[in-house]
Amino acid sequence: MSTTTGSFQQRSDVAIQDKKLRANFLSAMDGLMEKRDLAFDDKTQLEALRILGAQVRQNALVKLPELLVELETKLTQRGVQVHWAQTPDEAVDIIQSITLKEKAQKIIKGKSMVSEEIHLNDKMEQVGVTCLESDLGEYIVQLAKETPSHIVMPAIHKNTAEIADLLHEKTGIERKEDALYMTEQARQQLRKNFMEADIGLSGVNFAVAETGTLCLVENEGNGRLTTTVPKTHIAIMGIEKVVEKLEDTAPLLSLLTRSATGQPITTYFNMISGPRKENELDGPETVHLVLLDHGRTQMYQDDELLDTLRCIRCAACMNHCPVYTRIGGHAYGFTYPGPIGKILMPHLEGLDDTQSLPTASSLCGACAEVCPVKIPIPDLLVRLREEANHPNPQDSYIKGAGIKRHGMEPVLWSMWRWWHQRGTRYHIMTSMLTKLHFLQPSKLAPWTNKRTLPKMAKKSFHQQMKARTDRLKKGALR
Amino acid sequence: MPVHHFIPEEPLVESLTDALSTPLKLYPTKPEKVYVFGTCLVDLFYPEAGMSGVVLLEHAGVEVLFPQDQTCCGQPAYTSGYKEEARLVALAQMSIFGEDYPIVVPSGSCGGMMKTHYPRLFEGTEHHQQALDFSERIYELTDFLVHVCDLSLEDKGERTKIALHTSCSSRREMKTTDSGKLLLGQLKNVALVEPKKVTECCGFGGAFSVRHSEISSAMVKDKVMHLSNTKADAFLSSDCGCLMNIKGAAEKDKSALTLRRGEHLLSFVARRAGLIADGVEV
Repeated sequence: MSTTTGSFQQRSDVAIQDKKLRANFLSAMDGLMEKRDLAFDDKTQLEALRILGAQVRQNALVKLPELLVELETKLTQRGVQVHWAQTPDEAVDIIQSITLKEKAQKIIKGKSMVSEEIHLNDKMEQVGVTCLESDLGEYIVQLAKETPSHIVMPAIHKNTAEIADLLHEKTGIERKEDALYMTEQARQQLRKNFMEADIGLSGVNFAVAETGTLCLVENEGNGRLTTTVPKTHIAIMGIEKVVEKLEDTAPLLSLLTRSATGQPITTYFNMISGPRKENELDGPETVHLVLLDHGRTQMYQDDELLDTLRCIRCAACMNHCPVYTRIGGHAYGFTYPGPIGKILMPHLEGLDDTQSLPTASSLCGACAEVCPVKIPIPDLLVRLREEANHPNPQDSYIKGAGIKRHGMEPVLWSMWRWWHQRGTRYHIMTSMLTKLHFLQPSKLAPWTNKRTLPKMAKKSFHQQMKARTDRLKKGALR
Repeated sequence: MPVHHFIPEEPLVESLTDALSTPLKLYPTKPEKVYVFGTCLVDLFYPEAGMSGVVLLEHAGVEVLFPQDQTCCGQPAYTSGYKEEARLVALAQMSIFGEDYPIVVPSGSCGGMMKTHYPRLFEGTEHHQQALDFSERIYELTDFLVHVCDLSLEDKGERTKIALHTSCSSRREMKTTDSGKLLLGQLKNVALVEPKKVTECCGFGGAFSVRHSEISSAMVKDKVMHLSNTKADAFLSSDCGCLMNIKGAAEKDKSALTLRRGEHLLSFVARRAGLIADGVEV
């Protein structure tokens, strides 16, 4: 489901004209890039860690079916109720029925992109249950009735002044452009809600199969409150988040926090292994885990596309993306923006709805260069372009394959292929072009809207080299 | 935190180790002959860059072979998702460089296509091994001059200040970012300045510049600004796509007059070394 209206083209054209938005993203992304760079000051260590991170993730994916079963077994033994959802609707149904059973009115939420993926807040509102975001960024976004524009920093599109306006308007606090003041005020507002909530809902960063542990990485302590104060805790995760062993989390955590925010470690790292036991004083009485597929098994079927599932959602790819920096997260129109969104959303929503995402990249490779688990994002973008132009969509298992293959484009590429496949044909084409160089148009939109065209050579490189070789031969003969 | 705590004794997934580690870059000894792959952009728009490359290679004592049947590396179709069309054109290129000489390319992006993408393009086909062997013979021309030919140059030009644009493909695919700097470093009257955000893409990306022209334009506008801010007399690039994009935008942008003088790095170097004057070999 697209989160805003219009096409990608329309949204990005509008976003690019928004000077304030662009300035907000530019300064935020510059800051994040610098922090990451400082956090990984030893580049040899970084490379070793990236290789290890990729191996840990790939190892988990290779064994995914077994690890998921092991995770379920271990969690069930500890009293966690495990639910499987193939679609967002199924995940919503599961959560709604838990809510119904618990007679819950109010859910407090830790940050969870999977809950955004299934549009949980709206769906719960429809059955009269209020979801309240407790992550500061998510709280701001919720107050503004928006969606996250970044997967780690949901409100990164807003500057301090805009947040001060928003908090003043929506919560009645004094308008002060002071981050500390605003954070303290939000904290007071949220504290009450933690106490009143019937259910706490969180995401999961890593789920350890060996031990049945749900790991949650956060800075604000809201994750710990969400998962310990309400009497019921629901965790939701994509099926790819599982890792084999507890020790696998060490390199992933180190890569995640440094790649995301430049922190050596976050303030909180929660390891959740089940509900409150007898004799324990706190913790939830019931814990549920919802495992969501939502197109992930489509990637799992293919050795190349499988790499997408290595992602640990650090957002370094978007922080370093020249396209994301210029249009911001909302212009993408889907839950996950930036480079990872471009290779993930087509599987979640189908290429038919997301066909502009894979083409919206210059393939510069900045994303792959910083990816902590070495996802070859540009190659996967090319792969999705191939799928969108698939000549025989019935042979592809990608939803929406072949969607772009219509009109004149296939014919033009076929002609291009014909002219370039034989030297003789190519010579005919280029000698015509160079002879007629003076007929070259001066305007060729959209290229020439912002650029001039380079002048066509009077003699091609081929022609000049041929003349040169002939000249040298003659010289040698003489 | 010492990293060795995390490194297991056995790789977790052995098959992946090779694919994930960056291979060591090895250079051959200077050969007697090389093939030049001209690229279609050089052919039609920047032939003097190609000629300069040839002259520089010969100056370094290497004989240049130029098979006339070469056309295009196939990148335009490849990045547009037309794999079959790209494959057929790429296959035609792979069949015309018969002898085992290195193939040098005056463009990071076309070099990157042939070196890093041909293996993926032909994966699962009968030509996969051929593509792997072929890709190992690909070198970026500037890089080849510096690291294989050990070229040394004498600067015959006036004092000038130059900004160098290093392309994404030379940085991330060919790993040759430093070659241009090293070559220009031999020219004693050339002061090299580095623009801000030097690692950021200029926004070309082939069809991307037309398909998403507003985003691409915003990117190149910033690139022109950073290059302009260096107050250099001209800018250089060893990639024709970037050159066409940045120079085109600078020519349209009235505030970036100095950068109208953008040219291919090889053309600049050959001229400074007195090997080419007014587009003609000396």
